[in-house]
Amino acid sequence: MKIHEYQAKQIMRNYNIPVPKGGVADTADAARDVAAGMGGNVFVVKAQVHAGGRGKGGGIKTAKTPAEAGTLAKAMIGSKLVTPQTGAEGKTVNKVLVEEGVDIAHEIYLGIAVDRANECPVIIASSEGGMDIETLAKTSPEKIIKEKVDFSVGLRAFQLGKIAFALNLDAALRKQATQIISALYKLFVEKDCSLAEINPLVITKGGQMIALDAKLNFDDNGLYRHKDVVEMRDIQEEEPLEVEASKHNLNYIKLDGNVGCMVNGAGLAMATMDVIKLAGGEPANFLDVGGGATTEMVKNAMRILVSDPKVKAVFINIFGGILRCDTLAKGLVEAIAEVEVKFPLVIRMEGTNVEIGRKILKESGLKLIVAATMKEAAAKVIAEVRH
Amino acid sequence: MSIIIDEKTRLIVQGITGNEGLFHTRQMVEYGTKIVGGVTPGKGGQSVDNIPVFNTVAAAAKETGANTSVIFVPPAFSADAVMEAADAGLKTIVCMTEGIPTLDMMQVKLYLKGKNINLVGPNTPGIISPGKCKIGVMAGYIHKQGSIGLISRSGTLTYEAVDFLTKNGFGQSTCIGIGGDPIIGLNFVDLLALFEKDRQTKAVVLIGEIGGTQEEEAAEFHKKRMKKPVVAFIAGKTAPPGRRMGHAGAIISGGSGTAAQKIKTLEKAGIPVVDYPELIPGELKKILRK
Repeated sequence: MKIHEYQAKQIMRNYNIPVPKGGVADTADAARDVAAGMGGNVFVVKAQVHAGGRGKGGGIKTAKTPAEAGTLAKAMIGSKLVTPQTGAEGKTVNKVLVEEGVDIAHEIYLGIAVDRANECPVIIASSEGGMDIETLAKTSPEKIIKEKVDFSVGLRAFQLGKIAFALNLDAALRKQATQIISALYKLFVEKDCSLAEINPLVITKGGQMIALDAKLNFDDNGLYRHKDVVEMRDIQEEEPLEVEASKHNLNYIKLDGNVGCMVNGAGLAMATMDVIKLAGGEPANFLDVGGGATTEMVKNAMRILVSDPKVKAVFINIFGGILRCDTLAKGLVEAIAEVEVKFPLVIRMEGTNVEIGRKILKESGLKLIVAATMKEAAAKVIAEVRH
Repeated sequence: MSIIIDEKTRLIVQGITGNEGLFHTRQMVEYGTKIVGGVTPGKGGQSVDNIPVFNTVAAAAKETGANTSVIFVPPAFSADAVMEAADAGLKTIVCMTEGIPTLDMMQVKLYLKGKNINLVGPNTPGIISPGKCKIGVMAGYIHKQGSIGLISRSGTLTYEAVDFLTKNGFGQSTCIGIGGDPIIGLNFVDLLALFEKDRQTKAVVLIGEIGGTQEEEAAEFHKKRMKKPVVAFIAGKTAPPGRRMGHAGAIISGGSGTAAQKIKTLEKAGIPVVDYPELIPGELKKILRK
């Protein structure tokens, strides 16, 4: 799960990580008031959307007066922000974060992530902050510091020292850096993060370290023990069909193509998208109805697919294991009959009792195109789309 | 032979009185798996289909001489369940649970270090040595005993592959789902090593997907330490970056873990990668004829 920058900064503030003074606003007036309340003569207005690269898309702007901050906020709120990460259609800005301006002397990168291969958290730092870490990893990997944490003993003082010295910081800054890194690690572990990132962590001209940006992603599997984090979920940031699907425990991800698919099992669902592409089509979605593919799940899934205006035809790919194909076919027929479907359905079913299953599909009275293999089904569904 | 489980496996089911646990206990017994006990705290002394239920894994292991456990308990209790099984001296632990927090799995892996335990999963369909023993939720009857080893990160995609193998005359030595989570027990490399030593296994099918670097490590291992042929399929060529594709571990992050990269690395290591799962048997025929 993702949260906004202003929410990440709230959490960081609770862990004594210094962040700029500021407040969130959803109207121009509120933005102006936040700026006026802080005082000063430089304000930064930052669009709050779940996407990076906001600066490049015009989502981060500076103002000299509270009135100007209000004007900038007015232009941003309600507009679509297009950044390198949002795709061409952009994301609607509903809130802005208004902060005091900071005199930047130097920018550092600091992040904590899960090192899957070593099965531990890893601290990532670089004295070249500001740019995204993936680009830096490609252009100058030698400038990236990685420190693995032995999870049985946690992050140790010597490791903090290693990172701080590698960042070439003087004594006063080392002290601040170690405090911030150890606080961020504590936050990462206590909140079940999958990523905790401060980019940039800036050193001000006055010699203070401060988290200018903040990003926290959470392990979905850990959310059950963090009600406070779950409350920060902003469903306006999510694709409405994905929100709807998640209510029914469906694994659904909307994509840009027009060939819908519905599959039992995540691996098979990915493989189905791949064969659609391989056969010359574009998948409209990833959709896993669960290994069992119960009638209820299929019904809900069909409703989601019907709600996507881009979908021109659907490829249903089901493997019958414990639930054999005859049972699955009956469930499918019942679900499809109940949901009004206007596009062609190509069904490929495989597994135990497949002949009986296919017979039930063919004799259902529904307009179903039955295919024997994934390749054949992909070709048929694409032919329907081009029809 | 086969790997990890066979006719000598004596299994206990943690969470035997739950819906899932009970349903699959019956399915496993029907297949011929020797289930010697179950564990549900507070229900010790009861029995399920004549299988004795114990309060703790330690008691179950002591009374029944079990050597293996399968876990059907909710995510919040699963990390503890794995550690309890390890503490009781069980040498193979199959954890079915989907949804265990990543940080909990880090602790589990540390706890298992040095104990010489085979952990399968979590978030796995399980493991089966056809004709001998089935532990998990796969349909037993699609399998046939034979000489192909199968390792996969997925569930239904694995059943697909097994079904194609069986229908094309390729029986299996052991089929194992390693789990769809970012941090798991036995990985591709561990299992390739076991299959390489297993006399029943002549070739291995590897089914991978996006996320992590396991496929790349498998390619490296195959190139340096393996003589038996491997055929692979990789799911997720069209998966968008940064999105979790059903499995918690199936995510392309920071530009790494893409299917294209994995396919390239596997092919470079001499492992053919097929475009459709249904092409696996054909590729095996080609390789085994050589």
